[in-house]
Amino acid sequence: MGLKDLYQGGRAITQALGVTLKHLFQPPVTVESPDREPIMVYPRFRGRHYLRRYENGLERCIGCQLCEAACPTGAIYVEAEENDPENPVSPGERYAKVYEINLLRCVFCGDCELACPVEAIVLGHSYTLANYERRDFVLTKEDLLNPPEPNVIVRPEE
Amino acid sequence: MDWVGLILVPFIKGIVILLILLTGTAYLTLFERKLIARFQVRLGPNRAGPYGILQPLADAVKLFLKEEVIPGHVNKPVYLLAPMLAMIPALALFAVVPLGPDIELFGRRIPLHMGDINVGLLYIMAIASVGTYGVMLAGWASNNNYSLLGAMRTSAQMISYELPMGVFIASLLLITGTMSVVQIVENPRPLWAWIWLWLGFPFYFITVLAETNRAPFDLPETENELIAGYQTEYGGFKFAIFYISEYLHMLTSSAVVATLFFGGWRGPFAEQFPLLGIVYLALKTVFVLFLFVWVRASVPRVRYDQLMSFGWKYLLPLSLVYLAITAVLVVMLG
Repeated sequence: MGLKDLYQGGRAITQALGVTLKHLFQPPVTVESPDREPIMVYPRFRGRHYLRRYENGLERCIGCQLCEAACPTGAIYVEAEENDPENPVSPGERYAKVYEINLLRCVFCGDCELACPVEAIVLGHSYTLANYERRDFVLTKEDLLNPPEPNVIVRPEE
Repeated sequence: MDWVGLILVPFIKGIVILLILLTGTAYLTLFERKLIARFQVRLGPNRAGPYGILQPLADAVKLFLKEEVIPGHVNKPVYLLAPMLAMIPALALFAVVPLGPDIELFGRRIPLHMGDINVGLLYIMAIASVGTYGVMLAGWASNNNYSLLGAMRTSAQMISYELPMGVFIASLLLITGTMSVVQIVENPRPLWAWIWLWLGFPFYFITVLAETNRAPFDLPETENELIAGYQTEYGGFKFAIFYISEYLHMLTSSAVVATLFFGGWRGPFAEQFPLLGIVYLALKTVFVLFLFVWVRASVPRVRYDQLMSFGWKYLLPLSLVYLAITAVLVVMLG
């Protein structure tokens, strides 16, 4: 009885040691993101927002405030203004004079993306959103129009 | 009277060994973290300096800069005494380990060990047991349920596993015929003795794991049931002392194991170049430390009743059988 237990225990422990030794010689699976290696994301990954422009440089956003209405957490604030016909900011009648997104409130649901009639606001792939100051979490229109290049590899969807 | 030989040389030797031991201990924590990370297919610490080599320094600075808190409900003198009692035996254990053959320095013959005691093996057993007091007193002085439970477990564990350890060491004594650690390394051993010792090595190693409170026998500080056991009420530098002494104990035990079972500083050309002996001893110690970490990465912590039943029902009878067979072998082959 006792010797059998001892044999089985010894075998189990030897097996356990073998398993760990096998893993010792495998390359680590750690991805040193975000500062040393890029992370793999799917194309539809919802990260930090950005505002798109048309190819001629005009802003897509027409200041309709549908995103503000669609936002479940009230993270978006839009202030619209009439376009100057001589020097339009956007192709529509109006444009967004102020466009702010509070990332502390945002839940990255993507409803703003869906609500937008002109596909102006889009969730990008940038995910390094840490900051030191509370006010830095509020993205202004400048931040949204000039998004940082995300350090990611977009992998194909299966 | 030879003042230089009696006071100055041991003093310098002691300081050098202390520095080596404490630096080694600091880097042992990094070694363990790195190695255990690789066992788990992770990278381990790599931010403080290249490959994380400054990590021990960062840890030390962090612990030293912490506020020294003495909780109001502790037994203050004993509470302060306990970390020292945990650390000093771990350091003193190394005194009998020979680092290499004697060297000639400034026309003086200097043996590379602190002291060649003719009861070296007994010294190792005795000093290793004193380390238990640090843990026990820490648990007692903390006046805290978890600490006391951890301390109680420690004492039970140490008493249970010191017995088979002593019997295994007695078997070694039968083979070597001397208790002096220096003599054990220097006396040549026949081949059958090496093979027989290595057969018993796994069991001796289990007792060493229990003696140093390492996984899978780290019951005194089971963080999931006892928070941190006897360390619960300690913070800052006093915690650091416990932490260091645990790793120090591991380091010195590895050196002792390397000395008793793997021939210490012996190796090719070690007789001609004494410093090579230190390298051999270091390599062998690192190998034993690797075993420590390997076991920790592989085996889950044992339950308290399993610990007790394994110690008394299996390990002790096994060690006695081993002793008996050793005696027969010594008479027949030796």
